[in-house]
Amino acid sequence: MLKINNLHVKLEEEEKVILRGVDLTVEAGKVHAIMGPNGSGKSTLSYVLSGRDGYEVTEGSATLDGEELLEMEPEERAAAGLFLAFQYPVEIPGVGNMTFLRTALNAQRKARGEDEVSAGDFLKLVREKAASLKIDADMMKRPVNVGFSGGEKKRNEILQMALLEPKMCILDETDSGLDVDAMKLVSEGVNALRDEGRAFLVITHYQRLLDHIRPDVVHIMANGRIVLTGGPELALEVEKNGYSDILAGAL
Amino acid sequence: MLAQAKLDALSARIAGLHFPSTGWQGKARGAALERLTAMGLPGRRDEYWRYTDPAKLNAAQVRADLNASDIAFQETDALRIVFTDGVFDAEFSDDLTLSGVEITRLADAVTDLHWAAEIYGVLEERGQKPVLRPFAALATAFATDGLLIRVTGKAERPISIVYRSLSDTSDVMLHHCVKLEEGAEVTLLETGDAGPRLLTNLEVDVAPSARFHHVRAQGRSHQRMVNTHIFARVADEALFKSFTASINGVLTRNEAVLDIVGDDAVAHVAGVTVGDGPDFLNDDTVFITHAAERCESRQVFKKVLKNGATGVFQGKILVKPGAQKTDGYQISQSLLLDGDSQFLAKPELEIYADDVKCSHGSTSGAIDETALFYLRSRGVPQRRAQSLLVLAFLAEALAEIEDETLAEDLQLRLESWLDRHED
Ligand SMILES: Nc1ncnc2c1ncn2[C@@H]1O[C@H](COP(=O)(O)OP(=O)(O)OP(=O)(O)O)[C@@H](O)[C@H]1O
Ligand SMILES: [Mg+2]
Repeated sequence: MLKINNLHVKLEEEEKVILRGVDLTVEAGKVHAIMGPNGSGKSTLSYVLSGRDGYEVTEGSATLDGEELLEMEPEERAAAGLFLAFQYPVEIPGVGNMTFLRTALNAQRKARGEDEVSAGDFLKLVREKAASLKIDADMMKRPVNVGFSGGEKKRNEILQMALLEPKMCILDETDSGLDVDAMKLVSEGVNALRDEGRAFLVITHYQRLLDHIRPDVVHIMANGRIVLTGGPELALEVEKNGYSDILAGAL
Repeated sequence: MLAQAKLDALSARIAGLHFPSTGWQGKARGAALERLTAMGLPGRRDEYWRYTDPAKLNAAQVRADLNASDIAFQETDALRIVFTDGVFDAEFSDDLTLSGVEITRLADAVTDLHWAAEIYGVLEERGQKPVLRPFAALATAFATDGLLIRVTGKAERPISIVYRSLSDTSDVMLHHCVKLEEGAEVTLLETGDAGPRLLTNLEVDVAPSARFHHVRAQGRSHQRMVNTHIFARVADEALFKSFTASINGVLTRNEAVLDIVGDDAVAHVAGVTVGDGPDFLNDDTVFITHAAERCESRQVFKKVLKNGATGVFQGKILVKPGAQKTDGYQISQSLLLDGDSQFLAKPELEIYADDVKCSHGSTSGAIDETALFYLRSRGVPQRRAQSLLVLAFLAEALAEIEDETLAEDLQLRLESWLDRHED
């Protein structure tokens, strides 16, 4: 599904290199986790994949089901089925959450040549998904993420994912800021979406999330590269011993 | 400009204009002409015209191509009154009968109309202090037509003044007076291109507990020039609200002079502007005087500027001694869609009472790139995402319009402008 090949990325404005040859393949139906020290480049990788400005790819490629991602506009990547749950969801004063969700859903459907969802069907759909994530109707009426608590913002990200049904979902520290119950809700939301045709890349610092969302593969990222890949046991090791031993062993 | 040059400019500007010198109007117009002759026309060096060059308004002749006229508020059931090239157009107008309202055409008002004589040129003259407004005096003196509207009750429906133009040289001067008697209420709409150049006065006298709503969509021809003045006097517990959507045009200067003279009154003036290109200049100049207690005033102006367009805001709140518990709010913001556009703002507060709450803020900024990316990452195409953010920026001003149908109408106009001006 997602194939990243020798990806090198620097900042556009500065001579600062962040990713130094990332290789990563995620197959359909699988959940991959990425762990790694602060500043190792995890968020940068997710931003570059989703098309944020400010980065320059100096080498390498990334494809989604064979389509070259890096040449597409962000909205084209979304329509192609890529989704990023942001580490820091963005507040947009003046744009209602409902308007936002509906515009996004219909724009993607249009880009894929599908019919737009009627206002009535949309409302039903959102209510149902919001209820399962325990997001109350009042929150839906507010501007996008404005006045949402940290945990509410993260739940709103998962709501968007549930609504847009992307095939490649990247979750960047969706667990941070969530209380224990919210973590369960969010994990259930993610697990409900797991199926043969969909893949997840879950960036996290904690084993706790991975107790709920069981990964098939765990990667360790350090200094702009995937330095180690293993099974779920790798996450347990990180949880127990931190990174220093693992990284020392990997080098 | 030297004093002589100002007078020369005036002579050239009024040469050939017809001056109606008879009856009650003749008196009021004569006094205005006297004021005007003492002032001359404004010059670039005048403090009040520092950001906006009055040359185009001073010019003796005008010529401009107008687009096919575009009339707003068609969804609203209103009494429509049409002016074609500055002259009342009976053929396209509804009958001037409306329950709760008396409407007289200015050009027809030859016999004494006492209520009008107490307003015509009177509020304008009050508005000449402390800042001179020569074009307002010019309109009082030479207006060719206009409406005298006396509202005695709740107007049955809004009055919509529709401007149209068939000539590429018409230079329109109109003067409207509105008097709301105690407890009366009316909504006045204005829309359309009056001609290549339009100069208007709108004098509004709002008696105690009366409510005046004003919403206008200025014509969207690219070459049009407009200079409007509102002079309002707002009495006890009365409400005055004016909103202007200004789209396109080469030069637009909208002045509003609001005098709050009665306790517990409310006066709001707001507007949105969208402009594209280096020839575009839009200027909102507001002067609100609080001379009574416990009054509220709001100024909310939002401008979207691109490709070298210029926005100007000069807004002042004057709180007179004794105007305690004044609540004054002023915000002027511009969204610059590129580095070439500019916003020149001069917010001012002058306060002579101690128990007041006044705030003002002025900002210019670019589109929020992070928000733009967030929207796009969810599949919203760039242009649609940008429109959403622009409309979000305008929302606080549009919220000043109480009537939802009118607000939606203007919102659609702004959206379609954004669609047409994508690059
Ligand atoms: N726009 C930017 N300007 C300057 N530095 C940047 C920028 N984006 C990323 N960096 C730097 O690149 C490095 C990687 O950042 P990134 O956010 O990808 O790390 P991360 O692995 O997600 O860390 P964390 O676990 O703390 O979220 C950091 O040193 C960060 O400061
Ligand atoms: Mg990060």
